[in-house]
Amino acid sequence: MWANLTPLLLEATLQTLYMVAVSGVLGTAFGLPLGVFLATSQRGELLSAPLVNKVLGLVVNATRSVPFIILVVAIIPFTRALAGTSIGTTAAIVPLTVAAIPFIARLVENAIREVDSGLIEAARAMGATPFQIIRKVLIPEALPGIALGLTLALVSLIGYSAMVGAVGGEGLGDLGIRYGYQRFMPEVMAAVVVILIVLVQLVQSVGEGIARAVDRRAPRNRGR
Amino acid sequence: MRDEQATGAAITFDRVEKSFAQKGGAPVMALSDCTLTVEPGAITGIIGRSGAGKSTLLRMVNGLERPTGGRVLVGGRDVGAADGAELREIRREVGMIFQHFNLLASRTVFGNVALPLEIAGRPASEIRPRVADLIARVGLEALADRYPAELSGGQKQRVGIARALATGPKVLLSDEATSALDPETTQTVLRLLADINRDLGLTILLITHEMGVLRDIATHMAVIDGGRIVEAGPTYDIFVRPQHPTTRSFLSGVTGVTLPAFVASRLRPAPPEGPSQEVIRITFAGRHATDPMLARLTGELGIAVNILAGAIEEIGPHPFGNLLVSVETGRGAEARAYLERHQLLTEVLGYVG
Ligand SMILES: Nc1ncnc2c1ncn2[C@@H]1O[C@H](COP(=O)(O)OP(=O)(O)OP(=O)(O)O)[C@@H](O)[C@H]1O
Ligand SMILES: [Mg+2]
Repeated sequence: MWANLTPLLLEATLQTLYMVAVSGVLGTAFGLPLGVFLATSQRGELLSAPLVNKVLGLVVNATRSVPFIILVVAIIPFTRALAGTSIGTTAAIVPLTVAAIPFIARLVENAIREVDSGLIEAARAMGATPFQIIRKVLIPEALPGIALGLTLALVSLIGYSAMVGAVGGEGLGDLGIRYGYQRFMPEVMAAVVVILIVLVQLVQSVGEGIARAVDRRAPRNRGR
Repeated sequence: MRDEQATGAAITFDRVEKSFAQKGGAPVMALSDCTLTVEPGAITGIIGRSGAGKSTLLRMVNGLERPTGGRVLVGGRDVGAADGAELREIRREVGMIFQHFNLLASRTVFGNVALPLEIAGRPASEIRPRVADLIARVGLEALADRYPAELSGGQKQRVGIARALATGPKVLLSDEATSALDPETTQTVLRLLADINRDLGLTILLITHEMGVLRDIATHMAVIDGGRIVEAGPTYDIFVRPQHPTTRSFLSGVTGVTLPAFVASRLRPAPPEGPSQEVIRITFAGRHATDPMLARLTGELGIAVNILAGAIEEIGPHPFGNLLVSVETGRGAEARAYLERHQLLTEVLGYVG
């Protein structure tokens, strides 16, 4: 029996990794700049644009307050427009990314806000442009925090990816539901859970390792 | 635009005023009517109590703060009116060091010193030797690859100084750069600043709340109180003839001359009933010998002088001393007049019964 299940489990794991990786990369590609903007655009800050900041903040909050399973269903037309279909693993990447962007944006925003304002002042005094301050001061200084934030986001994406079976997305979560629950094969359910635990552990330790490697602050200042 | 070159000043504050808008309240007037000329190549210190407006004044020199009235001219340019690229260009000609160093934790010593050059868009081939030079200049060759977290406070401030010098500024601003350092480290950092001033002809404008820092390196100073400049001039003159009460109170802390406790506790602003002594501070500048003067006071006028405390210090190359004495109250005026005639400065501190 395991001989039949191993390829299934392997395929499902790869599908999960595929969804998480692509939505993680896309979520970062949009979430990072959005987070940087949110962190620097309040009144009087580097990119001072209070109105845009407010509006984006509202959109981010709204997106984050929708439970993921409802988001998946609610944006089906958008998913179809973007992926050509609203069903399947690739289509599932759309809601995952939509959920990841505001989540990552907030985490990045927090990490950037932790940067000592004295550093911004020093960079201004050097004649840096706002863009230079972001690129050469804020992002490098916030990197340990951003790395931890992205780790958290990836772990959450692994969890979310288990829900996309609802729209025909495959992967570990879907396998667990279909075989473990509907066909009552508890050993499949157990295998799925074990693989998920291992994945999360892996992501967490790699993420923390990276965060530690880029953190040059004195140990007592290391924030979590 | 370059009008203050006629006067030769490095920095000119011209009737500068700054008010901060407050949410739901009257605006805070941080500075009013501040006029000050900073000599090129000099080390000028600004002293004042917390909240007096020192930082606000200093931060106008590189446009971190804009005046709400008056003008700030640096190298002939009106900083308050400069914007965008022009302001950034002025900022490259003005280095700044900070109380808490403000070094990037993510960059090594080398990387921190290189930052202003990267920002100025210099090519890597130029940055490398320049940064190596600067690091050597502040004596940190061995630590170039360390991160700030691995440095002491004094070493961090040296990195701050090297970084501030990177773009070859004409002016260096220092906002309490030694306030977070112990006295010994403070001395080494001040000496480094003095060396840089001498070797590079850099104009230094520094803020402190310690008179000792001014005594040690500032050739010129200004005292700021409640947002106004209450006294300004050569440090020596102000130490010897302080005019404003704030200056005097700062001075009493640094001259190291304080009344012995048994006198201080009994000191009254007016003579008490019965026989009493007038307590006088005598300040002498240059090489005036006081001892013969006090001896003559006794010999010629027959006034007995009790010496309570005294010390001689140096401001730059000039010795200057403070002496606390007491004489019989009835003869105080006479004694003071005699001393003043011989170029000593006197001040009545009070009376003891
Ligand atoms: N951004 C600001 N908004 C409102 N008020 C401010 C602001 N910056 C300074 N002030 C006020 O202006 C006054 C002068 O402040 P400033 O920081 O220049 O004082 P300081 O002499 O440098 O004091 P310290 O020795 O404590 O550093 C203070 O009353 C302060 O509260
Ligand atoms: Mg200050």
